[in-house]
Amino acid sequence: MSLDPATTRRIARLARIGLDDQETEAVRTQLGGILGWIEILNEVEVEGVPPMVGTSMNAALPQREDIVTDGDCQEKVLSNAPDRAGPFFTVPKVVE
Amino acid sequence: MLTDLTIAQAAEGLRRRDFSAAELTKAHTGAIGQLNERLNAYITVTADKAEAAAAQADKALAAGDAPTLTGIPLGIKDLFCTEGVKTTAASRILGNFVPPYESTVTANLLKNGAVFLGKTNLDEFAMGSANLTSAFGEVENPWHRTGDASVLVPGGSSGGSAAAVAAHIAMGATGTDTGGSIRQPAAYCGIVGLKPTYGRCSRWGTIAFASSLDQAGPMTRTVEDAAIMLQAMAGHDPKDSTSADLAVPDYRAATTRSLKGLRVGIPAEYRPEGMSAELLAVWQKGIDMLRDAGCEIVDVSLPHTKYGLATYYIIAPAECSSNLARYDGVRFGVRAEGAASLDDLYEKTRHDGFGEEVRRRILVGTYVLSAGYYDAYYLKAQKVRTLIRRDFTSAFEKVDVLLTPTAPTAAFGRDEKPEDPVQMYLNDIFTVPASMAGQPAMSVPVALDSRGLPLGLQLIGRHFDEETLIAAGAALEKAAAFSARPDLRAGAAA
Repeated sequence: MSLDPATTRRIARLARIGLDDQETEAVRTQLGGILGWIEILNEVEVEGVPPMVGTSMNAALPQREDIVTDGDCQEKVLSNAPDRAGPFFTVPKVVE
Repeated sequence: MLTDLTIAQAAEGLRRRDFSAAELTKAHTGAIGQLNERLNAYITVTADKAEAAAAQADKALAAGDAPTLTGIPLGIKDLFCTEGVKTTAASRILGNFVPPYESTVTANLLKNGAVFLGKTNLDEFAMGSANLTSAFGEVENPWHRTGDASVLVPGGSSGGSAAAVAAHIAMGATGTDTGGSIRQPAAYCGIVGLKPTYGRCSRWGTIAFASSLDQAGPMTRTVEDAAIMLQAMAGHDPKDSTSADLAVPDYRAATTRSLKGLRVGIPAEYRPEGMSAELLAVWQKGIDMLRDAGCEIVDVSLPHTKYGLATYYIIAPAECSSNLARYDGVRFGVRAEGAASLDDLYEKTRHDGFGEEVRRRILVGTYVLSAGYYDAYYLKAQKVRTLIRRDFTSAFEKVDVLLTPTAPTAAFGRDEKPEDPVQMYLNDIFTVPASMAGQPAMSVPVALDSRGLPLGLQLIGRHFDEETLIAAGAALEKAAAFSARPDLRAGAAA
């Protein structure tokens, strides 16, 4: 299994991880190796086998009343912000 | 020495007033001061907080009726959010993160009176098997080969917890296990590590890696101590929708349970080609010990074992790519400087903030979930996962517990680390299948190899039957009489 550079760049873009050319090439080789190794699963017959979705042994997803249980803690929410302006998180300018 | 006591012994000594909680905590913070610079088992040491908690514990003990863990000093893997104490997941991206809330597991331990010594080191975001990927430096295994000073890895990802417990700079520690991260480092460091059934301990407030696999558990020097700690950690939590609403049994009582008639399965597939004769011999020794304790030994087959790792390395990265999407440099964590646009901010922050292995897993996960590849990889892996789970279900129709080796080798040298990521993944070959199926499993140290390093055996149980693991583990521990201690430890440091 080998990945082409364009696919590697597309994946990095989807994951929002910036890679330079050298890193892209290293990732391309390593991902190719891992994906090649994973191909062992082609041997397994899965016709008619349902996918296992989650591991929970609970019979049903638990539900609760639709009421407010938390909130009014603006300072806690913002306490780890890398940058803030008053009660807001900030980001670089997105509109020209 | 106070640092040599087990949790059970210390709890008794505290109640007899042989020593105070303050003295017990001081003995540990002192030993951390001497050893941590070298071992790097703790990322953050909270000595002042620990001393204040110990003073509280002494008051509770004097008043009587103090819960079991009152005054017991523990290490907390730096993946559990602790209110007001920096929690990093061993990542640069969370290098300055101070949670404004407490995880359910640590809150349960605090309610039970435990004293937290600090936050233990791990592989970044718990992704690794050798504790080589922490942004805060590598952890040294307190064990060394006989007559050889080479630095060995402690295993991972809960390597800081394992090293701290083995070196007697914590009486016990919390770990988390996604594919072997409690059991494999426990085996490498000669201690007990218990991964409970998925759903037994709440995941709320534990930094997520792969949500369908992550499970918290205790790491201790004895099986009884693991039972005591699990008792405090476990329990239903409405804040985790996968948390099991089941009564938590008396785990400590299980340590003295008779094994007469217990059926122990030996899976044929855990004997891959090239397995060392030494490890096979230790496994056989474990089989003999359980037979002597009254167990019936039964050969079983788990035919999809060889597909466990490949399945894991689709499912776990897929879930990780989704869970780690939250680290964007906007709401919390570290933000990269000098970004020109929002996209640039994301890409720079996530490139600089994550280490190489974490980036690699996010990218693998993104790939297997991306349009055109989802069915071939992710859906296929979910189906194989069903088959792996069925293997365990049918095995447990014939037997009550399984016995296997925990890891394919003893601890390896820091400079013997394989360059190929796939080779590194093979460390988890025996631990991953139980994680995939949600089974509880425990590693117990059984013997030293010819080079003087500990080897562990793994017990795998039925869902929510940690008691049988504890009963069989206690029997193995008793028969093995494993009393070796690492050369690097409190009171014996070189």
